[in-house]
Amino acid sequence: MYTRDVYTLCIVALMSISHTLLGLLESGPRHGYDLKRAFDEKFGHDRPLHYGQVYSTMSRLLKNGLVEVEAIEAGDGPERKRYAITDAGVTDVERWLATPQKPEEYLQSALYTKVVLALLTHRNAGDILDVQRSEHLRSMRILTDRKRNGDLADQLICDHALFHLEADLRWLELTAARLDRLREAVTR
Amino acid sequence: MTTPPTGSLLTAQDLRKTYGHTHALDGAGFAIHPGEVVAIMGPSGSGKSTLLHCLAGILPPDSGSIMYNGREMTSMSDGERSALRRSEFGFVFQFGQLVPELTCVENVALPLRLNGTSRKEAERAALGWMERLEVDDLKGKRPGEVSGGQGQRVAVARALVTGPRVLFADEPTGALDSFNGERVMDLFTDAARSTNAAVVLVTHEARVASYSDREIVVRDGRSRDMERAI
Repeated sequence: MYTRDVYTLCIVALMSISHTLLGLLESGPRHGYDLKRAFDEKFGHDRPLHYGQVYSTMSRLLKNGLVEVEAIEAGDGPERKRYAITDAGVTDVERWLATPQKPEEYLQSALYTKVVLALLTHRNAGDILDVQRSEHLRSMRILTDRKRNGDLADQLICDHALFHLEADLRWLELTAARLDRLREAVTR
Repeated sequence: MTTPPTGSLLTAQDLRKTYGHTHALDGAGFAIHPGEVVAIMGPSGSGKSTLLHCLAGILPPDSGSIMYNGREMTSMSDGERSALRRSEFGFVFQFGQLVPELTCVENVALPLRLNGTSRKEAERAALGWMERLEVDDLKGKRPGEVSGGQGQRVAVARALVTGPRVLFADEPTGALDSFNGERVMDLFTDAARSTNAAVVLVTHEARVASYSDREIVVRDGRSRDMERAI
């Protein structure tokens, strides 16, 4: 189910945080705090990055030579490092952007398994599909509402989720229409 | 047979309608409150449009009860049902609702003109609704000169102009692409909610149904209220 939080989490999890931070550095050197703020503003929405994630990612990128410390500023608190992207980092971002994402094929569907098991055990598989449709629609209502009240970034993020949920629903309808045939096939 | 929830504006119980040997409705029920948007969903041929036509008093069921605002619709005369449709209900369909010879503002004003409102007063009210639906700049154009999405918004303005308490929409975005369809749904549901009208929305599209508050699923002529099913 895609609720507001879960979906944003999915998007963040699906994208590579290290490549995103690296890409943000391409427009100019930044402190870790500025990087976190830029990330949260553009991509984090309701799920901001933890500082720890930023600093652990930066130390990994440093070790791999994709960023360098351009300056260290002493202050009242701990010293602040300003990170800059290296040429190798730019090449890495370039390669990442140019590589297509692997399409998710959803071949292991829990819902398919439930439907088949319901048919095998002589339960009402149509009910399972109806209840699932309702759950999907509940999520779609939340996303539609957010989209209507949100900015363009919200609209695009919600549309992405809505199209995926809609694809699930098309599968639900098609399966509902084929339940009799599926019952014959699985109970043969 | 379940008892409809209290406070409902329009309810139906145990509706049956047969065409030849086909049971279009086979014990369907329905309930809607003022200000609620309810989607009727289901596969093609499931009986969802028949249910809408019965609820709207366009088609008499073979048996069953339809109560509107405390009155039994199935025992009304044709004339009483027509009067109810004109004064209390509004309609938005997928195609061909606008009169091609009239301008858009004349189309929107038409239901008021038929109820005896003066031309000036009817067109003033029509223009108000056209502004709400963001089509007031089309007032002098004829339906053939506007896009599908614009025409549908004009049709929505016309459905709202009499201040109906129930709006019936049968696949209102079925002929539109998703961008224009969503624009129509945005404006339509906003306008309906602002007047506390109930909306009965037949659709097979989940994205359109996501503008509703809840959905009823019709399958083989039987309805299932998903809110009460979970």
